[in-house]
Amino acid sequence: MEQRYYQKEFETMPLEEMRKLQSEKLVKQVKHVYDNVPYYRNLMDEKGVKPEDIKGIDDLHLLPFLTKADLRDAYPYGLLAKPLEECVRIQSTSGTTGRRVVAFYTQKDVDLWEDCCARAIIAAGGTNKDVCQVAYGYGLFTGGPGLNGGSHRVGCLTLPMSSGNTERQIQFMTDLSATILCCTPSYAAYIGETLKEMGYGPDDIPLKAGIFGAEPWTEEMRCGIEETLGIKAYDIYGLTETSGPGVSFECEEQTGMHVNEDHFYAEIIDPDTGEVLPEGSKGELVFTSLDKEAFPLLRYRTRDICVLSRKKCSCGRTLIKMSKPMGRTDDMLIIRGVNVFPSQIETVLLNEGYQPNYQIVVDRVNNTDTFEVNVEMTPEQFTDKVSEVLAKEKALANAMKTMLGINPAVHLVAPKTIVRSEGKAVRVIDKRKLV
Amino acid sequence: MAIKQLTVFVPNRQGTLVSITNTLAAHNINIRALSIAETEEFGILRLIVNDEATAERTLAEADYLIKVVDVVGVKIGDEPGKLTAALDVLDKAGINMEYLYAFMARTEKHAYVVLRVEDNAVAENALVNAGFHLVTEADVNKL
Repeated sequence: MEQRYYQKEFETMPLEEMRKLQSEKLVKQVKHVYDNVPYYRNLMDEKGVKPEDIKGIDDLHLLPFLTKADLRDAYPYGLLAKPLEECVRIQSTSGTTGRRVVAFYTQKDVDLWEDCCARAIIAAGGTNKDVCQVAYGYGLFTGGPGLNGGSHRVGCLTLPMSSGNTERQIQFMTDLSATILCCTPSYAAYIGETLKEMGYGPDDIPLKAGIFGAEPWTEEMRCGIEETLGIKAYDIYGLTETSGPGVSFECEEQTGMHVNEDHFYAEIIDPDTGEVLPEGSKGELVFTSLDKEAFPLLRYRTRDICVLSRKKCSCGRTLIKMSKPMGRTDDMLIIRGVNVFPSQIETVLLNEGYQPNYQIVVDRVNNTDTFEVNVEMTPEQFTDKVSEVLAKEKALANAMKTMLGINPAVHLVAPKTIVRSEGKAVRVIDKRKLV
Repeated sequence: MAIKQLTVFVPNRQGTLVSITNTLAAHNINIRALSIAETEEFGILRLIVNDEATAERTLAEADYLIKVVDVVGVKIGDEPGKLTAALDVLDKAGINMEYLYAFMARTEKHAYVVLRVEDNAVAENALVNAGFHLVTEADVNKL
């Protein structure tokens, strides 16, 4: 019989029991952090909160937040809660926002993380009969190591491809009949484009599912990838600060990601006031690691804007669901005083029939913001008439103006010319030097 | 009757044009005629070559954005006023022209004019009826 859950007891645990488990873990975790992390102990002392004040999950709101700035201040060992002798691994963020984060793992932390990824693979229909191609970057980036570990736990034949070298990806995918692909959604779309160029249709490859994450993507992009590759595309979410991918994952219902809340407690807060918002509200996602030993972040502000829901799920999991992040509190660009989310640009492109391969370039010239969007054209969209190319640019600029309220200069560019780093497209270049 | 024009998207970056012509030369492609339309941020290169299929394949393999379109070629006597006569024909037939460029035929006392119009067949009929000769693929290959 097909396995539906990796750890059924936790994935389908009734809410009351889950609250009890979370409460027990939180009380222990707060004590562990207070005793071993002077940085957080100081934050608690400043707020006048003692470990004994935290008697259960209902008291979580009393604890201070951690932000990315705290991680930077405490770099590298300031938030470490275990002696280095007990740590076996680090992972790190790409530092694209200029602040590198180094997270530490004990063996138990690695095991827990890999279990979370295994839950995601099984939720995407994975079994030990599958061939799982992991095309996330390996190394410091959490994508490759996380899904690699999860794939082992499920018993899939694991292809540790890492990212890049698309020709080789496709050769292994076809020669070894990969059935599950794990990578960033933009790389999945790129592999799809390349397969199409090579003459492969969705029925010519045995892939059945994809587990895509590590960057924002839209429903439209999901449809495109599902169609080109002939698969079901599942979202996965995570961040280095809490472990990596697998903090939450999609099931066959594809209506949001189940949070592995027996390990990571999720809250939604008002990003301005820090007030905890009720279920169903849109706000900033905050995670508390209930089990992590080496790098146990309490109330870490992710900067991701989303919504939590306890609506009953047809997959049988009782784990709370989070929506796809709708933007970030910090990737929001303010251009000529207007808030711009890259996801809005992506929506316009997909509506207008373009691939979501774009780059936003913002600069400041003579005290005025310049706002350019470079968009890759497909061969079908290219024409020999200058007037038609210019008209397409203008139409896109108008559509963006309608969505955003400000007018960008749109430049159509040749395919594959927008820079990709580790398979992640570089979406925003902000050259403004604002002091 | 139409002849094939190779169209290449050229970003305004130093070295792009030379790398295109290098790629063509490396595959023994001879350029018969060339025109470039330019804007502030990109150019559109239009080429008539001796082997358009190979040219298209090699440029596509080098990741250039390309499109092959049918254009009308018309032979014009190499003397003053002949181009006007041809354009007159098209104007009277109400044919709207997108762009045109001309090149000299080495062997004949003719200039060849490449026309990009909405409807090739209509333009070709109008020109032939007015006594003009069209340029064929065979003519291009002979150059």
